[in-house]
Amino acid sequence: MIQYLPIFKKMLQKYPGRNRERQNALVTETGDSPGMAKGMITGARGDTHDGYKVRLSIKTALGKDAYQWNEDEKFLFRATIAFAMRAYTKDESYNVSSVLICNETQRVSFWIQVKRPNTAIPVQQDLLEKAIISSRNRINSAFLLSDKTLEFVGITSTLPSPIEPSYPVWLVVFGVVIGIVTLGIIAIIVSGVLAKKRKIKEIEDGDELEKEDNIVENGIYCGVLEIKEGVNNGAFAHEDDSLTKL
Amino acid sequence: FSMDVDTTAEERPKWDNKVQYLLTCIGFAVGLGNVWRFPYLCQTYGGGAFLIPYIIALIFEGIPLLHLELAIGQRLRTGSIGVWNSISPYIGGVGLASLTVSFLVGLYYNTILAWVLWYFFNSFQQPLPWSECPLNENRTAYIPECEKTSPVNYFWYRETLNITPAIEENGTLQWWLVICLATAWALVYICFIRGIETIGKAVYFTATFPYLVLTIFLIRALTLPGATDGLVYLFTPDVMLKNPTVWLDAATQIFFSLSLAFGGMIAFSSYNPQKNDCERDAVIVGVINSATSIYASIPIFSILGFKANSNYNDCLDKNILTITNAFNIGDQNVTRANYGSWIESLNVTNHKELESLNLQKCSLQTFLDESASGTGLAFIVFTEAVIKMPGSQVWAVLFFVMLFTLGLSSMFGNLEGVLTPLLDLHLVPKCIPKEAFTGLMCLVSFSIALIFTMGSGNYWLEIFNSYVGSVPLLIIAFFEITSVVYIYGIKRFSDDIKWMTGRYPNIYWQATWRVISPLMLLVVFVAYIVVQAQVPATYDAWNPNNVCISNTHIYLLYYYSIYFYSFTIFH
Repeated sequence: MIQYLPIFKKMLQKYPGRNRERQNALVTETGDSPGMAKGMITGARGDTHDGYKVRLSIKTALGKDAYQWNEDEKFLFRATIAFAMRAYTKDESYNVSSVLICNETQRVSFWIQVKRPNTAIPVQQDLLEKAIISSRNRINSAFLLSDKTLEFVGITSTLPSPIEPSYPVWLVVFGVVIGIVTLGIIAIIVSGVLAKKRKIKEIEDGDELEKEDNIVENGIYCGVLEIKEGVNNGAFAHEDDSLTKL
Repeated sequence: FSMDVDTTAEERPKWDNKVQYLLTCIGFAVGLGNVWRFPYLCQTYGGGAFLIPYIIALIFEGIPLLHLELAIGQRLRTGSIGVWNSISPYIGGVGLASLTVSFLVGLYYNTILAWVLWYFFNSFQQPLPWSECPLNENRTAYIPECEKTSPVNYFWYRETLNITPAIEENGTLQWWLVICLATAWALVYICFIRGIETIGKAVYFTATFPYLVLTIFLIRALTLPGATDGLVYLFTPDVMLKNPTVWLDAATQIFFSLSLAFGGMIAFSSYNPQKNDCERDAVIVGVINSATSIYASIPIFSILGFKANSNYNDCLDKNILTITNAFNIGDQNVTRANYGSWIESLNVTNHKELESLNLQKCSLQTFLDESASGTGLAFIVFTEAVIKMPGSQVWAVLFFVMLFTLGLSSMFGNLEGVLTPLLDLHLVPKCIPKEAFTGLMCLVSFSIALIFTMGSGNYWLEIFNSYVGSVPLLIIAFFEITSVVYIYGIKRFSDDIKWMTGRYPNIYWQATWRVISPLMLLVVFVAYIVVQAQVPATYDAWNPNNVCISNTHIYLLYYYSIYFYSFTIFH
């Protein structure tokens, strides 16, 4: 028999914040320079501008086919960001020169900043965010990466919506099982009732006949005796016989 | 020629063949505990070394008691109430107590099978519902209760049980559990409908299928990465035989595992022809039960080792990502292999920053220590392991069908322990066909078991399991063996066995029946009471607000059950 002890305590101790992986896409970076607010760049002269930190994990995404991050790739990146701005604002004056890249690291990570065309004024943070979100797919595909491997730190990616079937699948399985079981129960009960009816009929047909044909008398099967028209036992005389005698 | 055939012998049902009888007894003995209690005990008490007290308990307590029950049922050819009444009217209460225990255990045992069925129904989806947290209404984030623990925990506590924070809060009947419970009782009914006539055919499948699945799992599990970690962990002996709890747990495990004192074994053997070798049957059933426990622990622990390995790798990967991002190290420069050396060098160069990251300590040992027993093993730990295996649906389905068949064959014993005495006492009017009576039994049990489908149902079930299915059985078994040996008379009993099997019970049986087994039972009983009395009666509750466990104190049912069974025994 079962004797079990719940281990809920141990399970819970292990699992706080287990879904941090899923939160990677949601949560902003806790900051590699303390005191730095989200999305702000400290320029060379120490003043802050709008921009985003970008992080690429090319080797994770592509493995052996990983390409080298060089000046050409950077150019492409600036071009895609410019494209995103053009597509969102419908302003065709955005160009590659509007996009700045700085603070590059080995990771590969860097900061980007977009300036209004032909000015030195950076675009609004939320405008940039919306532009990137709307063209996110195109930007990812240009680099053969995904939301997870091409991160814009601070921009949340939409959660993958869980696949919800239109009907609860488990009810289907339940229906199948309960249907089979009900049919089985009915079948067994009906067969039992039929067998009993048959038995009663046999008893009514011949009170004097032996019930089962595997009953043995004096070493001879009674069924065989019957075939041989065996010994007439006066104690079990047929009703017909007694009538005709009279 | 006389038509006066012995009507009782003709009317009493019998097994179609010996195989049916053995399979039924084995199926009754081999239950959920073999799969989810024994491996846990083995691992807790240091694997290989636990087998020593376990086998000693089997030899000196398990098999003698089993032989006693089978022999007495076969000789007296009645169920538990009839047997004990025949021996002496003063101990008729033992039979009544057996019947009550069988009935009450049957109630909550089938509820566990209903949970198994629920998981089985839900295993036919891609992805498995316990693999991901569901989204909240806005679809902006995951449900916070799920985030705080894990999808597997959430699915068990919220989507399956919908558990309330305390037993006082009843909650409502959870309709999905009600229909799963109805299905479970319907499945039990269809096998139990004509008593042993239908049970005997059902056990060909229910008793053998678990072995097939265990073998499949064994082959699959041994090929999983990390399986050897689990096995090493399981079998590494940690010789702590001086600790009395090892012996206590071994003795109780053997006792409960063999399903003694339920009256089920007595009922099964009462349908045997009297000239049957019950001694050999008892040894076969006892040995197979223990062998199954050991055999089952291998795939279970291989899979737990795989899960621990997988969790450990996940933990490492998470830390690697954190430090890669924090220190802008090149992508994939930090691997699982050189993680340790990276941490060391970072500790020297950027100590403060490393501290601020609050990296989780990843230790394979900690993950391995997260072993579990009971429903925790099946519905939390194992389901988590299954989602990491390729082809999860297949493994989930196989696993839950195996659990169901294991439990189903044990349910047969519980129900026969109730039905046979009732039939023998002629409490069933002749006009009611057997099918209707078994149906009525199932219906009544289902109605009462609805209590376990409420929000607080799991708490009730734990109480039933801890207090109904433990101490009363020890008391019943103690009275069983002492009344057979000292009231019926060991000499008379041994002569009966000689008549039935052709051999007089040898010194091993004599010694164990007269002295060793009753003494062991008494010691186990006293030790159990002492251990229980030292700890105030509590139950673990789930608190969704704090997501922690709170303990609440209850005293009632424990004392009540002791009182109740003492009363019935001395009736």
